[in-house]
This record gives sequence, structure tokens and C-alpha cells, in this order.
Amino acid sequence: MNGTRSGRAVIEVSGVRKTYRSVVAVDDVSFEVRDGEIFGLIGPNGAGKTTTMECVEGLRTPDRGRISVLGLDPVRDLYALRNRMGVQLQEAHLQKRIKVWEAVHLWASLYRKPPSDGDRILEQLGLVDKRNAWFIKLSGGQKQRLFIALALINDPEVVFLDELTTGLDPQARRAIWELVRGIRERGKTVFLTTHLMEEAERLCDRVAIIDHGRIIDIDTPEALVNKYCPERTVVLFTDDPGAEVLFRAMPRVADVTARDGRFTIRGNGEDLVTSVVWCLSENRIRVSDFRTILPNLEDVFIKVTGHSIRD
Amino acid sequence: MMHGLFHLIWIEIKVFFREPMGAFGTVIAPVLILVLFGSIGNAVGPRAQAAASNFFKVNVPVFVAILIALNAVVSLVSIMSIYRESGILKRLSTTPLRPHTILTAHVIVKLLLTSATLGLTFMFASGSLLTDSAIPLGRFTLAMLIATASILSIGFVIASIVPTARFAQPITSILLYPMIAVSGLFVPMTAFSPSFRPIARALPLTPAVSLLQGIWKGNPWSMHLGDIGALALVFVICTLLSAKIFRWE
Repeated sequence: MNGTRSGRAVIEVSGVRKTYRSVVAVDDVSFEVRDGEIFGLIGPNGAGKTTTMECVEGLRTPDRGRISVLGLDPVRDLYALRNRMGVQLQEAHLQKRIKVWEAVHLWASLYRKPPSDGDRILEQLGLVDKRNAWFIKLSGGQKQRLFIALALINDPEVVFLDELTTGLDPQARRAIWELVRGIRERGKTVFLTTHLMEEAERLCDRVAIIDHGRIIDIDTPEALVNKYCPERTVVLFTDDPGAEVLFRAMPRVADVTARDGRFTIRGNGEDLVTSVVWCLSENRIRVSDFRTILPNLEDVFIKVTGHSIRD
Repeated sequence: MMHGLFHLIWIEIKVFFREPMGAFGTVIAPVLILVLFGSIGNAVGPRAQAAASNFFKVNVPVFVAILIALNAVVSLVSIMSIYRESGILKRLSTTPLRPHTILTAHVIVKLLLTSATLGLTFMFASGSLLTDSAIPLGRFTLAMLIATASILSIGFVIASIVPTARFAQPITSILLYPMIAVSGLFVPMTAFSPSFRPIARALPLTPAVSLLQGIWKGNPWSMHLGDIGALALVFVICTLLSAKIFRWE
């Protein structure tokens, strides 16, 4: 929706390296997150997403490289920064028997500036009827919504969300995506990590692909798809005997396969679909079915890393 | 500096009492022990010799007091290690909350619970043990809080570094409970060999026991400045150390 805003950089990361003993977790990682965008760091588990995010949050100190968040140094200006950021961690818990409203009020009391209205946040996140429930009694989706509420309680300028829908069912996941879009609508910058390509594609204005601790590329999901996976496929059904010759003669077509009236037309570039539609219309070819198969971020990921994100 | 301290204290007290076993072990068990010893003491009391009478009149209450203090320490250490292991501390570490605020909150909670336990114990034991109205309960409570705070500070050091909840409780018990044996509570200092005495004296339970015994018997504070100084020294060293080594995860 917002596409890329050419806003100022809220987060700047350059040349960051972090090792755990002899294991290099991330190496030479550089990127920037712009004001008001949803920026996603995507990659498989163990790629270095959480390490990168925790360096930016100031939870870890990088061995090398520079990080600036809202113009501050996450290590040196730790406490100043914590008042202005909101964090949801990948694996977090609260006291088992703390009630939802108690957690919200406790968190609100930890910040220097006057906090947001906790009750209104609970309402926005659909937790009002769970106000008095103990933390252990909440479902996975409710816990995650509570953690988002806690991440928003100080009205932060930048929000960090680490794998926020992992383990949730598709319905809860969609609800959470809607909430994250709502965070952006309120003018906040969102930095998230995910290994779910669909999530990145639906949610992020820009993504950085990370694998084995290194950033491979950064751009909008559409631009990455166009760059790495320009192939388009059209599948249609027709019993017109002259169709195959016409299809093969079209520009941009790389390959046509025909079987029992089912044609699969492959080619490069976004114009392929238009060409096929024109060809059908000019030659008055009747089709009983027509669909397009477009590559997605998952295909991009396989293309640039040589392996599936689940490997 | 201490944003959230009162909220944290209040929440921790509420959460503590929602865990029925924890509340029972910490608050009720010491009361039962004292009442039990008290009734034994009363049964043998009239016929007892002076030494036995002193044992029931002074050492048993002090022993129970020490148990209450050690309970508080074990409970502090296991709560902190559970919070660290399950990621509660890590989640808190992304807020402006500082480590000393968390530790302060938990220490205040433990001291409040200790006072409550002590109060309950006095109440229930008044029929059997505390017939002697000369026992200065107010001063004893204060002495108890000083001793507990000092022993708790040893707890912070353990709590700051223990990696998992499973190790926390045994490590604390192994470190602290044997100190009772050489604290002068059951065996007088003079019974130890001269080379061992300085070691026994240097252990923090020794001044705690000496202070509690003295105050229970009605000694004035001025007789125990050395004990209080030693306990304060332990507190300062351990607090500084734990602030240095505290780990969020």
C-alpha cells in the first residue's frame, strides 16, 4: 500500500559481525530501515535473523560494525533508546499467574514517558474480555497479542517483532498481520523477522533476504520477484486446433506444452500475460479455463540461496 | 531511577500468593515447625534442666528464624532462575527497567513475607513459647530483617549467575544450610578447634545467629554492633558483586 517511502533512515546497520565462540552468526550485515515502513528480515531458522535484530535492539553487542537506531547507539544510549522502542521477542513468557491487565499496567509503569492508554490497547488487540485471565490460561494467539500490546504500551517510534506468528494457526496469523498494518498506519516503523515467505510478501514494504549470516539482497517483494524470477506461466484450456501455432509465434514465449487441450505457456516478463490475452482475443480463440502462475518470494529464496527456506 | 518498583513489588506479592504451594512452604511451614517444637518444649519444660530450657527458649526460636530467612533466600534464587530460564527477565530487559530495580523489588517482597511469617509465628506460638513477656518482639523483627537482608544478598549473587532453575535450589541449599551447623547455634564457637574458628566466624550465618540470639535474650543493640557491621559488610559486597555479574538471560 505505502510502497517504499523515501523517508529518513530510522535504523542504520553497517558492516555488523557477531560471533558466538567460533561460530559466525552474522557477517558484514548492512541495511537501513526507513521511517514509517514495515521492513522484514527473511530467511530460514539459524540464518542470523534474531542475532541481527537483538544487536539492533541493544540486547547483544556486535563484534564489529556500526548500528544506529533513531540516531542513538543501542549499546551506549541503551536506556534512552528503550524508552522509545517496543519489542516482541521470539520466545517470551510472563509470570504464569499474572493477569493480562496487570501485565499491561506493570509494563506501562516501567517507562519514563506517560504511557499509552493500556485499556485502549487491549481493546484494539481484542483482549478486553481476557483482562482478568492469567497468562498461562491464554491461547498462543492471545499471548502473542498480549506481547504486541506490551510492545506498544510506551507508544514507541520503532517496533521490533521477532517471528511473531510462528506457531499460530492461519486465522490467528491473519488477525496479527492486520494488527501490524495498523501499527504502520499509526506512523510507526516496524522491523520484523520471519521465515514465512507469505507473511513477508503480504506485510512488508521492503525485505532483506539473509542466509548463513549474510544479506543477499534488499528490495520490495515485487522488485525481488521481478529481478530473480521473471518467469511467468499461463495455463489455459482450449479445443481450438490452430491455437498451438499461434501461441508459439507470440513474443516473449519460451516454451509451450500442449496435452489434451491443456496449454502451458512459459515466458519471461510481466508482459507475457498481456500477450496471451491479446492473442486469444485477436484470434477469437475460445478458452474454457485461464489462469496465471506467478513466482513468489519463496521462489526467489530458492533461486538466490540454492535451497528451500525449510531446509 | 526506580520506575516500576512499586508495581513490580505489588505484582510479585499477588503472583506469589496465587501459587498455593509456594505460599504454604514459605509462610505456613515455619509456623508449624515452631508450634511443634514449642509443644515439645512445653511438655518437657517443667522437668527440664537449665540447658534444655535455654535450648527451647532461645535456640529453637532463633533456629526457626534462620529457617525463615533461608527459605526466603532459596525462594528468591529459584524465582529469579525461573524468570531467567523462561525468558521473563529477557523480556523485561527490553524495557528501561534496571537490574537493581528487579533485585530491590524481590528483596522487598521477601522481607515483607519474612515479617509476615514472623508475625504469624509469634501469634501462633504465643501460647507455648512466648510466655516470657520480656522478649522484645519489635527489636527481634528488626534484627531478623537485618539478618535476612544480608543473607538475601548472598542469594542475589547466586541468583545473578545460576543458569537454570533446576540447579538453583540445590546450589543454594548446599551453600547455605551447612552454615547453620557452624553458626554457633547448636555447637558453641568454643567447641571448634582454634584454626577453624575464624572460618566459622567469617561465614555470614554466624553473626546472624549471634545477633538474633542476643536480641531474643534482651541484649541491647550496642552489644551487637560487631554482628551488624559484619552483616552490613556481607550485604554491601554481595550487592555490588551481583550488580556486576547480573545476567538477563
